[in-house]
Amino acid sequence: MSTDARNLYPLSEKAPHLVRSKTGLGLEDFTVDAVLEGRIVAQDLAITPEALRLQADVARATDRDRLAENFERAAELVAVPQEMLLDTYELLRPGRAKSADQLRERATLMRVDYGATRIAALIEEAADVCERRGLFTKRF
Amino acid sequence: MTQDQASRWKRMQEWDQRPLRLDSFSEESPENGFAVFHSPWDPAPGLTLGPDGAILEMDGRKAADFDILDAFIAAHHIDRTVAAEAMALDSTVVARMLVDVNVPREGLERLARGMTPAKLAEVVGRLSALESTFAYSKMRQRHSPGNQAHVTNAKDDPLQLAADSAIAVALGFDEIETTMRVAGNAWANALACTVGAAAGRGSTLFQCSIEEAEELKIGLAGLATYAETVSVYGSERSFVDGDDTPWSKTFLTAAYASRGIKARCTSGAGSELLMGFHEKCSVLYLEARCLCLQRAMGVQGTQNGGVDGAPLTASMPGGIRELMAENLLAVWLGLECASGNDTKTSESEIRIGAKITPYLLAGSDLITSGFGSIRAYDNSFNPSLFNAEEMEDYLVLQRDFEVDGGLAPLTEEEALAVRRQAVEAIDDVLDELGLARADAGMKASVIHASGSDDTETFPPVRTLQISRDIAARGLTALDVVRALALRGHRAMAENLMSMLRQRVSGDYLQTSAIVRDGKVVSAVNDPNHYSGPGTGYRMDEARWSRVKAVRGTINRSHVLDAEGSHEAPTGSAQFYPIGKAGKGHDPHEVVVGISPAFGERLHRTTAGHAVSDVLDALTRGILEGGGMPRVVRIRHTADTSFLGLSAAHLAGSGYGIGIQAKGTAIIHHRDRLPHMNLELFSNAPLVSLEQYRAMGRNAGRMTWGETPEPIIVTNDGQALGARFHPRVALLYAIETEMSEPGAEPEEMFFASAERNA
Repeated sequence: MSTDARNLYPLSEKAPHLVRSKTGLGLEDFTVDAVLEGRIVAQDLAITPEALRLQADVARATDRDRLAENFERAAELVAVPQEMLLDTYELLRPGRAKSADQLRERATLMRVDYGATRIAALIEEAADVCERRGLFTKRF
Repeated sequence: MTQDQASRWKRMQEWDQRPLRLDSFSEESPENGFAVFHSPWDPAPGLTLGPDGAILEMDGRKAADFDILDAFIAAHHIDRTVAAEAMALDSTVVARMLVDVNVPREGLERLARGMTPAKLAEVVGRLSALESTFAYSKMRQRHSPGNQAHVTNAKDDPLQLAADSAIAVALGFDEIETTMRVAGNAWANALACTVGAAAGRGSTLFQCSIEEAEELKIGLAGLATYAETVSVYGSERSFVDGDDTPWSKTFLTAAYASRGIKARCTSGAGSELLMGFHEKCSVLYLEARCLCLQRAMGVQGTQNGGVDGAPLTASMPGGIRELMAENLLAVWLGLECASGNDTKTSESEIRIGAKITPYLLAGSDLITSGFGSIRAYDNSFNPSLFNAEEMEDYLVLQRDFEVDGGLAPLTEEEALAVRRQAVEAIDDVLDELGLARADAGMKASVIHASGSDDTETFPPVRTLQISRDIAARGLTALDVVRALALRGHRAMAENLMSMLRQRVSGDYLQTSAIVRDGKVVSAVNDPNHYSGPGTGYRMDEARWSRVKAVRGTINRSHVLDAEGSHEAPTGSAQFYPIGKAGKGHDPHEVVVGISPAFGERLHRTTAGHAVSDVLDALTRGILEGGGMPRVVRIRHTADTSFLGLSAAHLAGSGYGIGIQAKGTAIIHHRDRLPHMNLELFSNAPLVSLEQYRAMGRNAGRMTWGETPEPIIVTNDGQALGARFHPRVALLYAIETEMSEPGAEPEEMFFASAERNA
């Protein structure tokens, strides 16, 4: 995306055609009648990786590269099921993983199963620093 | 202290009773973590880069010794392309750039990306409180200010949460945050606030503050749109004690975004101190570390400014100045700032008002990160800096300074209408979804209630069951939309639908994003570009006319309607003109000179006495003092001194009393200079009829050469100007309008009501 990503924002007003829900609904399909007719399901309330990547482009175009990276990590997590998401968060908390290797295994799983390369890199970095700082002590 | 009471200075004893004395004040003591802007243990700013751009040393610490914060900040915050340039700048020069309207925000944000925590802290430490406030107004991210409300309830009552959410939205809050007394009530709270927030104009971001896993689930169900529970701390051990690492929080931040939930971090001065791991550093330096970390994590914003540590920081010298300085750091780093002001930092209302004022003047993305929009006792986060009790004070402060604090007054009718709408809607939704049914008495008690003490509502076990059922059945915001629509709350269903539509585009995930009237407004499409007078946010006419419309404003027609009717009160004394007034000859005659509108257009003094009763009291008093009263209307002036002096010139004794319709009265003598009166009742609202009578008596006695004790009208310290001056100014304008230069005084026939009878 060019540096003109700013011109797409807000997507809901300037570029609604670029936004689709998980089941393929456009923004114009989000009506009360559609809900009453059962054409919108719970899955449609979720954001898509595509929308998050577009938001990353917008963030980068406004000099917020770190925010953009956050949206890119988020895009990788959309497909990660809730249980796995919470379990990985839990594992990253102090003392949950018994060793750096346990974190590295999770990083590999994220990379292989979900194509979550940025998330994997984040977890590996955590493993390295926590290892150096001795943060694998049991907390409870 | 067992000091003998008699030996004390009584003033100190009085001060002991002031609410201020309940506050604690701590001394600086850096080794114990009590240091605001600087501690001897704070590192000196510094950054050493290797030839390959690697960071070898930062703020006095070698890379091999980096703790988890240093490591994360070095890896993800420091922008190598700017670092050398930014770190080489003199801190005072940068501080001056922050307040220079000719240096754009974007350029300063670029420099911040190359600065270490110690450098950033050193720069903002060079600014005075006023300069920090000004820099904040220039550096804050979104052009238009906003505000956030706490909506909680001591009973976790779904009905009242819906009603109070509707009120919060109607007042103009851009975000609503709830939490529970009982964690299990989270789903009921979230559903109730979601419904209530759709009443009226609808569209506001909503958060249900609870443990992360539950918050993610609630968000995923469409029953919450933002989270601000991503707490970070400025030292490694407090971070770990807070049960997180920078990587776990970064993961969590991404996890929220992946579920379409806006997130912000929480940090603030004093938290490390409260947790016991301050490393002898100043609270500002530790917060600078937190904020660099937050930028590094890629979160869009922060709530800082003390937050829960604000009372502790406020106890230190310069503490309040520090809170603004750390808010400034947040926006300088390009973060949305919900600027604290969400904890009651003092028992002194003066300190509370002073605390909020710089934020009102500067504006902020969210001026408070939780205004207690409910009664203080209903606030499950603990009382906020401002609560429902003080709402109108806040609204008036906006009006005083002509600033937009994010809110606008509501009429009682408007408030009751949205409360009724919200309560009927939540009841219908609960019924439609088979969760519960409220009876008419419950609904009525909630609609009219101020706080949960006033309600008859669901018993606690019932509320818990509602919440469990929502979670167990996996109900989502779509079920709420459907229920609202099926039960005839179409407008509310549309409002909620417009919020759900926003989730799909993710527009509100950007920095400083809020939703107003169904549209996202953020630092991307509404950036702050303040560059001096004539730029920056100002309210437009429509907004200002709403903001300034506080309750109880008066104008001339109100005053005339209330006190200036042409009709005298029935049964009151009669007085009417009987010709031109001449000079009297009786050596004991006292002339009472009444003002042009006295008993003519104006019939009541500011103390509420009928003017005829006042006149009656004065004339009786004169008689009692041995004088002969005569009433004359002075028509060429309404000024008290000249009324009195003119009356004195007509009096055989040379003594006259001048009195205005509003009740200000004076005793004068013809040989005195105009402003050298003998007695004056200047605080008319406080004067009793008995005191007017005593004044008349004194005037009578003066005609016999006596020097009576002047009558003292005591003032207990009431702000009489605040209470009466608008009315007085309007009343007096009627007097001056009726006075005619050169008009002759008129002799008046006056007889008291009883003498008339």
